[in-house]
Amino acid sequence: MSDDDKNPTTPDASQDGESSASADGTKKAAESSVLVGGSDDGGDAPTSAVTGESGEGGEPTTRSEDARSMLRQITESSTLVVILAILASLVIGGILIILASEEVRTAAGYFFSRPADTFSAMWDSVSSAYSAMWKGAFFNADADTFAAKVRPFINTLTMATPLIFAGLGLGIGFRAGLFNIGAQGQIIMGATVGAMVGFMWHLPVGLHLLVAILGCILGGAMWGFIPGILKAKTGAHEVITTIMLNYIALNLLAYLLTLDAFQRPDSDNPQTPILDANAQYPHVLGESFPLHLGFFVALLAAWGVWWLMERSTLGFQFRAVGANPSASRTAGMSVSKSTVLVMVIAGGLAGLAGSAQVLGTQPSLTTGIAASIGFDAITVALLGRSRPLGIVFAAILFGGLKASGPALQVQAGLPIDIVLVVQSLIVLFIAAPPLVRFLFRLPTPKHEKEVTV
Amino acid sequence: MTAVAPASTAPLEDDPVVAAKRWRTPIILAVVALLSLVVFGLGSVAGEITSFSISRSTDFFTVDTFDLPSRTTAIVASLVALALAAYSAWTVSQSRKAGWWLPVVFGISIMFALLAWAGAGRGATDIQITGLLTGAVVLSVPLVFGALSGVVCERSGIINIAIEGQLLAGAFLAAVVGSATGNAYIGLVAAPIAGALVGMLLALFTVKYWVNQIVVGVVLNVLVIGVTNFLFGTLLRESGNLNKNLGMADLPIPVLSKIPIIGPVLFDHNLLVYLMYIVVAILSVMLFKSRWGLRVRAVGEHPTAADTVGIKVNRTRVRNTILGGAIAGLGGAFFTVASGLAFGKEMTAGTGFIALAAMILGRWRPMGALGAAVLFGFAIALKDQLGIIGSPIPSQFLAMLPYIATIFAVAGLVGHARPPAAEGIPYKK
Amino acid sequence: MRLELRGVTKRFGDFTANDKIDLIVEPGSVHALLGENGAGKSTLMNVLFGLYDADEGEILVDGEPAGFKGPGDAMAAGIGMVHQHFMLVHPFTVAENVMLGHEEVRGPAKLLDLGNARKRVKEISDRFGFHVDPDAVVEDLSVGAQQRVEIIKALSQRAEILILDEPTAVLTPQETDELLAIVKQLRDSGTAVVLITHKLREVQAVADHITVIRRGKVVGTALPTASQEELASLMVGRDVSMTVDKPEAKPGDVMLEVESLTVLDEFDHPQLRNVSFNVRAGEILAVAGVQGNGQTELTEAILGVVPTAAGTVKLDGEVLTGKKIKDTLMSGIGFVPEDRTEDGLVAGFSIANNLILDIYDQAPYSKGGVLRPSVVVSEAEKNVEQFDVRTTGVHATAGSLSGGNQQKVVLARELSRPLKLLIASQPTRGLDVGSIEFVHKRIVQERDNGAAVIIVSSELDEVVALADRIAVMYHGKIVDIVPPDTDRDTLGLMMAGAHEEDAA
Repeated sequence: MSDDDKNPTTPDASQDGESSASADGTKKAAESSVLVGGSDDGGDAPTSAVTGESGEGGEPTTRSEDARSMLRQITESSTLVVILAILASLVIGGILIILASEEVRTAAGYFFSRPADTFSAMWDSVSSAYSAMWKGAFFNADADTFAAKVRPFINTLTMATPLIFAGLGLGIGFRAGLFNIGAQGQIIMGATVGAMVGFMWHLPVGLHLLVAILGCILGGAMWGFIPGILKAKTGAHEVITTIMLNYIALNLLAYLLTLDAFQRPDSDNPQTPILDANAQYPHVLGESFPLHLGFFVALLAAWGVWWLMERSTLGFQFRAVGANPSASRTAGMSVSKSTVLVMVIAGGLAGLAGSAQVLGTQPSLTTGIAASIGFDAITVALLGRSRPLGIVFAAILFGGLKASGPALQVQAGLPIDIVLVVQSLIVLFIAAPPLVRFLFRLPTPKHEKEVTV
Repeated sequence: MTAVAPASTAPLEDDPVVAAKRWRTPIILAVVALLSLVVFGLGSVAGEITSFSISRSTDFFTVDTFDLPSRTTAIVASLVALALAAYSAWTVSQSRKAGWWLPVVFGISIMFALLAWAGAGRGATDIQITGLLTGAVVLSVPLVFGALSGVVCERSGIINIAIEGQLLAGAFLAAVVGSATGNAYIGLVAAPIAGALVGMLLALFTVKYWVNQIVVGVVLNVLVIGVTNFLFGTLLRESGNLNKNLGMADLPIPVLSKIPIIGPVLFDHNLLVYLMYIVVAILSVMLFKSRWGLRVRAVGEHPTAADTVGIKVNRTRVRNTILGGAIAGLGGAFFTVASGLAFGKEMTAGTGFIALAAMILGRWRPMGALGAAVLFGFAIALKDQLGIIGSPIPSQFLAMLPYIATIFAVAGLVGHARPPAAEGIPYKK
Repeated sequence: MRLELRGVTKRFGDFTANDKIDLIVEPGSVHALLGENGAGKSTLMNVLFGLYDADEGEILVDGEPAGFKGPGDAMAAGIGMVHQHFMLVHPFTVAENVMLGHEEVRGPAKLLDLGNARKRVKEISDRFGFHVDPDAVVEDLSVGAQQRVEIIKALSQRAEILILDEPTAVLTPQETDELLAIVKQLRDSGTAVVLITHKLREVQAVADHITVIRRGKVVGTALPTASQEELASLMVGRDVSMTVDKPEAKPGDVMLEVESLTVLDEFDHPQLRNVSFNVRAGEILAVAGVQGNGQTELTEAILGVVPTAAGTVKLDGEVLTGKKIKDTLMSGIGFVPEDRTEDGLVAGFSIANNLILDIYDQAPYSKGGVLRPSVVVSEAEKNVEQFDVRTTGVHATAGSLSGGNQQKVVLARELSRPLKLLIASQPTRGLDVGSIEFVHKRIVQERDNGAAVIIVSSELDEVVALADRIAVMYHGKIVDIVPPDTDRDTLGLMMAGAHEEDAA
């Protein structure tokens, strides 16, 4: 990631319209404070308010200062911040693990007679947790066969698939100025429609999958359309409407699962029949690995989203509307059309996330079909800074954290929920680079001081 | 001075565009009343009866369970609603304002029609009106605290999406501290501390680091779920005495609690419910009549103006966010110590978001938030009640009611709500 | 109270907004701080008022150094300020606004004592003949009345020094005169008044001392007897012509016909009432009026940004009403919005992308829904050169430009396609003199190319300089359309609603 985005206008604002410095400050602040989308131009510049670390200041640098300025650039770069944010989150997660560890508490009971025991217990609990996480998520060096060694990473990619889809949808929304919290509901609706196609209809190979995928897209898009049209026509804030629609979708699904048509005949639990094999994503590495075609569809979708946002006129419109709706409107763009379209596309992508579940990993509909993907995807989109490539990597990271759950449970005896803690801390830290710099005593970038005060 | 009259004082009374908009309320009321007439009135089978019961044996005097013909009752109630719609239309045509009582009476009529229809022909089970209302008050407790938390934060300009997390944190700490000390009331004291901690994080990231307030709220919810789940799965599971079922006794208020209907509904509860009354009353007065309230509202509306008269904008926001967190945390105690339950994973189950909705529906006012929260509490109580008598409406649809109501509300069908002007915008100097 | 500033310096990053400024304000006098937009006047006053910390220098009150940590300290020391953008909380009443920060309270709960606040408002209002109702809600008041509330706010804190920041920007000439009378009244009662302005006329009318600031530095002091030309050249740093060079207009056929246009705001209050007028090709119609009298709504209704409740707009015989904004723009309207940062530019976008904001989906910038970045950049480079936009390159963000350069980007975009009508609202607001001259030149050039032009400006000087005809708006109506040589007093009265025959 390059960090060449200019942090707004402090000097300029006071240079021209003098008054704007004090009174209009609030308006400008609004533009720059959004972590997720905001001012984006030219690809991959991070746009957080606080990453205004302009590399190229006006100051002339002499030769002797070159080395220092290079060091400076490294310490000020936002990539470093991302890495340190992840590190800090793991450290805090580790503290929590230590606090919860019975062995540590036991050893602490006789701390003054044998303090080393306490520390070694601490180290044991943390290292066993994180090594279990690593083994469960990426590479299990202890396994016998190569297939078993890489199996965790394959699982991770499978787990990442719905996160990529939903994260892409949310990312488009964020960049278009829409705070869509509704991926959860959109996934549920997508999965529901897709599942209905999958177990109610019986179509030939190929066609059935295609129709089921379209069903997922349709279901999600429909659930995205509602907040979109409400925002466009009445100004109803999408944060509120999408949160409400999440719960409506969940209740709707719960209701559907009480109907006979949705009940698996041989089961007492509310779940639908298994979907037709024709309607499921084929497993690409053979049946022994869970990775299905959906992952590659997700990568394709990521490329598609990149093209849409960076190369197409429609994406130009989305970005413009997101960065400044009133200027876009004055320039003849339809903000309502953009709002509705973005929500429909975001919903469709969330619906595809539903497909990764119901046509992929869990080919039958239950109330838990969406798990917490919709909310995880928010953190994925935030961590990926709403850019497709960033989202793919963020999804793989968080997919890995999720995939490590069973290993964590078995090897370290820890609940998977520690993953949620680490995940949310990462997002918080990344959103606040000054905090990370403070924690690691890094120098403050030149232009940040005046912004932070 | 030549007074330049404001350009926006005299509306064009005769303008057709203006007129059309004012007719929206009566039209919506009429549609709802007609639907009620068709579905509940004509939809009830003729000849069936619905039994209502309203008093308890401990009251000063008792009223027997009474039966009403279902169909007639539903039709009459719907017609009353229709008449109210007509009255509303008349006030519009006369350019008058209908009183606040109109929607309330309208709502009661529709509810009555619904109950008459739902209870039709279920001879053995009565519609427990008192129970229904008591349930509404009790179930609204976390909603009220959550909504008040939202009011306190948002009036100072900080959006609080983390209400859910604050409730959950409060519920957790109340259970743990209560269990550890063996005293539910000490747990009740601990609850606001947990909420305040979450509020502190919200304040840190939004006020000091200017991170988008919605982002922080959403992420804090995840964080609290993660931490409480993790500790639930480790600490609470291993040491069995940190998560017990504790309870707080009901403290009926002498005399008042014996009044039929009103007594049990309002004055026969545990301490937390009375605390709720007190917090609502204090906040209503303080927010609009005190120096603190004036300054808080100024900070939320126009922080620069507040700054220029020497008010510390960010300090006010931090304090309010922490206070708001504490209020929500206290509400979280409802789930554990105040209900006699042990802590369970994610036991708040979206209550914080309904509270957020109640705050919006209540237009950022404590009394409004109270009203909306009780309304939602009633919807939940109704769901439970209809579940008991075996209702013709699937419970899932009743569960959706608060959410649907909120969507209608924010879509402006119930009038225009104006949030504090500087909400969501960090104050930078 | 005597106020002295010694060597005050304030920097924003690499930019020095105030450079070693010295200033002495004597009690019972009016001190004008004269400088063009961007000279650093407001920054200086924000330092003085404690809103910014000075990087160097000191502030002395009656000879004692005063370190203001915030506006509270400044107010306690007897300094009051009326900001250009009013610091009033809109949903509050006048009394609440006046008491805010200095509330009188009762009881342990610190409940507000509104009665006392009301009394104080009334007292000051009566003393100066302000006619302000303490219980009126501020958002219902006119701009002039809001300004008086601001003055009451300052006086209720017993301000001995009152800073007025560009106080006349939003007033009619008559209201301006009344304000200046108040300023004199305050001075005579012993208050020191600092008047920040770029308007020479006002300075000459009331100032006792004049300090001129240019590019953050004090460049000289003057006496009120100095001529306008002397003051202007001191302020700008070179001789400036006070008029716009423009050849005689050659009006052609009627290009724009507006008939009985009515616009309502979101609360259904009429903002524009039954407005009708024509503009011919090759002429400039300048719309004068105090801000908030329907000018914004007029331009936005022509473009279709706000919906029209009644009436029609025709361009070159073609009905525009009800069309999409896009189609209206493409039928040949160029639009320079009043608030360029809000409505004209996307601050986070590059200059190149801002230059195609309304034509991104047209050839040659895109083809079949796909952008052509190389064309976008090469066209942008041409425009940047032609319009003399001072920037590091077309990839720089629009937000990094100064106001004048931002306005040039907007103009470049709007003038890059053939226009039948150019609408420019407050085209030179906040610009320095160099940019103003450039913008005026381009506007006149567009007229001479045969476009009809509508200029909206609250600066009467600009209206008079550019107009071929002047339409005066008041209260959502066009009071009259008059020739450009109409005298200022008549225009002023018309801006307050009087018809020409009555006004003259």
